[in-house]
Amino acid sequence: MTVFEKTKGLTDAPLHYCPGCTHGIIHRLVAEVLEELGVLGKAIGVAPVGCSVFAYNYFNCDMVQAAHGRAPAVATGVKRSDENNIVFTYQGDGDLAAIGTAETVHAAARRENITVIFVNNAIYGMTGGQMAPTTLPGQVTQTSPYGRDVTKVGYPVKVCEMLSNVDGAVYLERVAVNNVKNVKKAKAAIKKAFQNQIDGKGFSLVEVLSTCPTNWGKTPEDSLVWLEENMIPYYPLGVYKDISDKED
Amino acid sequence: MSDKKLMKGNEAMAEAAIMAGCRHYFGYPITPQTEVAAYMSKRLPKIDGGVFLQAESEVAAINMVIGVASTGKRVMTSSSSPGISLKSEGISYLAGCDLPALVVNVQRGGPGLGGIQPSQSDYFQATRGGGHGDFHMIVLAPNSVNEMVNLTVKGFDLADKYRMTTMILADGTLGQMMEPVSFDSIPKSETVEKPWALTGTKEERKPNIVNSLALNPEHLENWNLERYERYAKVEENEVMYESYRMEDAEYCIVAFGVASRVSQNAIDAAREKGIKVGMIRPITVWPFPKKVLFEAADTVKEFICVELNMGQMIEDVELAIKCKKPVHSCTRTGGMIPSPEFILDKICEVAKNGGSN
Repeated sequence: MTVFEKTKGLTDAPLHYCPGCTHGIIHRLVAEVLEELGVLGKAIGVAPVGCSVFAYNYFNCDMVQAAHGRAPAVATGVKRSDENNIVFTYQGDGDLAAIGTAETVHAAARRENITVIFVNNAIYGMTGGQMAPTTLPGQVTQTSPYGRDVTKVGYPVKVCEMLSNVDGAVYLERVAVNNVKNVKKAKAAIKKAFQNQIDGKGFSLVEVLSTCPTNWGKTPEDSLVWLEENMIPYYPLGVYKDISDKED
Repeated sequence: MSDKKLMKGNEAMAEAAIMAGCRHYFGYPITPQTEVAAYMSKRLPKIDGGVFLQAESEVAAINMVIGVASTGKRVMTSSSSPGISLKSEGISYLAGCDLPALVVNVQRGGPGLGGIQPSQSDYFQATRGGGHGDFHMIVLAPNSVNEMVNLTVKGFDLADKYRMTTMILADGTLGQMMEPVSFDSIPKSETVEKPWALTGTKEERKPNIVNSLALNPEHLENWNLERYERYAKVEENEVMYESYRMEDAEYCIVAFGVASRVSQNAIDAAREKGIKVGMIRPITVWPFPKKVLFEAADTVKEFICVELNMGQMIEDVELAIKCKKPVHSCTRTGGMIPSPEFILDKICEVAKNGGSN
């Protein structure tokens, strides 16, 4: 009897992610949700620039790779081309919360009927560990070698909190994938974010707190602990906005 | 009998795009092209499948274009010079992803914020690709409202055929002026199969991927070589130009767009003075009409390049004729338009000193 199968939502391409990185878990959650909701055949994903740029090789659906930060604008075009497309972006924190802030905020403001998977690991991964818009105060990175000094470079951007003030945003939840319980919650949130799109509700974003053992300079295990002890207190988990049950 | 309408260039171009089957327009307000957006905002919502969206920025607009283009549908955006600079990131991605799209530049004076009067100072930017990396756009340069209409339709066809961005390189004069225009003579647009388009796998085929990333340099080189093979076909098959009074010409003006309109008046006036001058007007500025100019260099004594910039196309003319004959520059810039007299003076000056070499 088969008790566990590979999801149809992922291709057979081996993931390139570093050991202990939680991108793999998040990919799998998104893929499982697409399969379970029966929308894999009409899903079109938008890959970002950053560690998850190769998402276009991993998701078993049509994919387009966007310029850095532009995924919500590209997704807008894909969705407006045919509203039956189930369109999602998969973006990191540098992509979504720095160079692509305008595209993110305005896609939310337009209540663009897309699903945004926002992976926040508080660092730029692919370029080798520079300070991100979500890097914590005091956190050491390649471009904040003395720790993020908020008096000089300012404060981290809290995306869910910020977008919760945007009228167009429909559903915003922050989750983490640091333990089994949280992974289950993350999947439920991702499922809801896609269900909202299927139901025509509009802009849904799930922020997933994620690890970067390589650039954090920690073991995979220590990274999970660091996420729990440092990231979750600064970026509290939970639903920041949900008006998906309200009739327009 | 053809049914002619009096229309602004910007509006006629928008209507032509709709006639070519374009149902998606993304833009951002900037003078002197805003009428395109205004027209589309009125027309597209009334058409089945029509989508008009005012983006939050030029950057977002061109990326929305990428989104629609990746699904295989006809899509356009329009802007003016500073806005085109912002779009240049997306224009490069369109090229890297081999996506067809129509981008309109109703040029104004630059650099920087510059002015809002007509200019041709984005010639280099348009003909050299218009963004980072090895690539070209097909660049069409109309000189009348009617030609704007025809080239808009042609532009979509070429974009689809070669999987390239076509740019309509207009200027503030053409965008703003009203002329009689006929939509009857528009050639029927060609449809091209797009098996690469993102339409959803329906779980019946392998995923299609639209992408411009190739970390393996050999892969990227081959990709660029394949692209340039296509560009070579464009250069071979799609060059367009118009000759005016060139049969016996000793002097040849080279001008495109509005500069060619003024030049035509100057040529007629010079002819009355007995100066044998004609004009070769590039309609495609990329691909550039090199062959006809190279051949003309055997029969004419000197060339005069008339432009609304500090002299940009002149470099292409010199390259095309391989410096066989002198090329003079006759330009106004910053939004100023040369008068027929200004050009006539230059013709007279060249003719007076000419023939000596």
